[in-house]
Amino acid sequence: MDTATADAASPEIDTRPEAIRVAGLHKSFGDLEVLKGVSLTARQGDVVAIIGGSGSGKSTMLRCINFLETPSAGQIVIGGEEVAMRPDGSPANQKQIERIRTRLAMVFQQFNLWTHRTLLENVIEVPVHVLKTPRAEAEARARQLLERVGLAGREDTYPAYLSGGQQQRAAIARALAVDPSAMLFDEPTSALDPELVGEVLTVIRDLAAEGRTMLLVTHEMKFAREVANHVVYLYQGRIEEQGPPAEVFGNPQSERLKQFLSSVA
Amino acid sequence: MTSVKALMQPHRIVMMLIFAALVVWCALSLRWDWIPQYAPLALEGLWTTIWILAVSTFLGFLLAVPLGLAQAIGPWYLSIPARTFCTIIRGTPLLLQIWLLYYGLGSLFPQFPWIRGSELWPYLRQAWPYAVLALTLSYAGYEGEVMRGAFSGVAKGQLEAAKSFGMPRFTMFRRIWLPQAVRNVLPTLGGETILQLKATPLVATITVVDIYAVSSRVRSDTFIVYEPLLLLALVYLVIAGLIALAFRRFEQG
Repeated sequence: MDTATADAASPEIDTRPEAIRVAGLHKSFGDLEVLKGVSLTARQGDVVAIIGGSGSGKSTMLRCINFLETPSAGQIVIGGEEVAMRPDGSPANQKQIERIRTRLAMVFQQFNLWTHRTLLENVIEVPVHVLKTPRAEAEARARQLLERVGLAGREDTYPAYLSGGQQQRAAIARALAVDPSAMLFDEPTSALDPELVGEVLTVIRDLAAEGRTMLLVTHEMKFAREVANHVVYLYQGRIEEQGPPAEVFGNPQSERLKQFLSSVA
Repeated sequence: MTSVKALMQPHRIVMMLIFAALVVWCALSLRWDWIPQYAPLALEGLWTTIWILAVSTFLGFLLAVPLGLAQAIGPWYLSIPARTFCTIIRGTPLLLQIWLLYYGLGSLFPQFPWIRGSELWPYLRQAWPYAVLALTLSYAGYEGEVMRGAFSGVAKGQLEAAKSFGMPRFTMFRRIWLPQAVRNVLPTLGGETILQLKATPLVATITVVDIYAVSSRVRSDTFIVYEPLLLLALVYLVIAGLIALAFRRFEQG
């Protein structure tokens, strides 16, 4: 497994603390093995882009990290804390997994804003009802965050009245509201109309620029090349190739990656 | 208001005039002289109808939530009993259920001295507890089925989002799942509550004096048949209208 370990840093010893470490991750759905031993490390401030064809396991990998999917085997360490797993891979300690999840904010392909709540209510929901932040404080912060993603004045709007791009930006504000130590983006622009993709990428680009740790599953190759400091190419549940974006995109080694890049270009 | 303008069309005016004439005719040529004598009893009956409806729908809904949840995601040892309960309740006449509880359970209890001696006996010897119990179970049975669909119908992503932020299960249920499920079935629940209102007259068959029982009393005392029934229809119509209005408010709010 060591050969597959992705350390985003340069060959010199990296002293930045680890944010997310995945080792030997396996995941099967029945007889179908989707992940066949994936290992990956992201240190604080890393932006790791995960690319690959459909069915390559990239979303599944991301969802295993916060246990939305139960891994079949492997090790997951978040901020130095290893998630306790039963032999079947399910989390052994529900409280621990809930605590760890509050540090990992996820942004979904389908936004998944809570439809029965306004944007402001969506953003303060977790701070108020999970993290027990005082409501006034959470609201003030939520207004700042909504303004930051360009949604000032939409606080009292319900998600259904917004475009996909606006919903996704609100979902990013909701993720930022928990002040996460790392963010997981699961194809954040795949459900958007082409003309709305840019506004969401702009927000994500800003987050990368301020040094947030992010794992980004994406189909936007240009964007991945631009914001990521490490790119991972998954093929049929294995890491086929990885490295700095300039190398992965500029000088791909494996045939499959070459084919993949030419097919999505 | 635009609706006033809409009402001022010729065919609507004719309809309203016919209706007004009907009301006037009813008021003038039918017998209403029995009303003052029976008014106090009628008010009591109306109150009985309303509180039995309110209590049985409230308690019934509280039961329906776990019944629906058990069927939607429960393990087999919870989901099978819940499904069986809903099937039996929905598959048998409410009148039969009321009678089984009142004549069955109600005649079983007195045979046990410790029940007769208990604090509850003054209540258990009356009819209304059996009426409330039967109506509650009936509402729970129907709404348990409705809630099963409501819980299953909430989009998976809504719950995944809650999970992904580390929301504890009960918080997720209380803040996300239940509100969304209820919101999705509010129109159905409104209709079912009106059906429940119209099921309440059955309690008159076990000696509970609701508004329907009062109208029967008037008929048997005075041999006036149509007038009490007309008034009774009006009363149910008004209550049903109020329920519909209340649920419309909920849906918008």
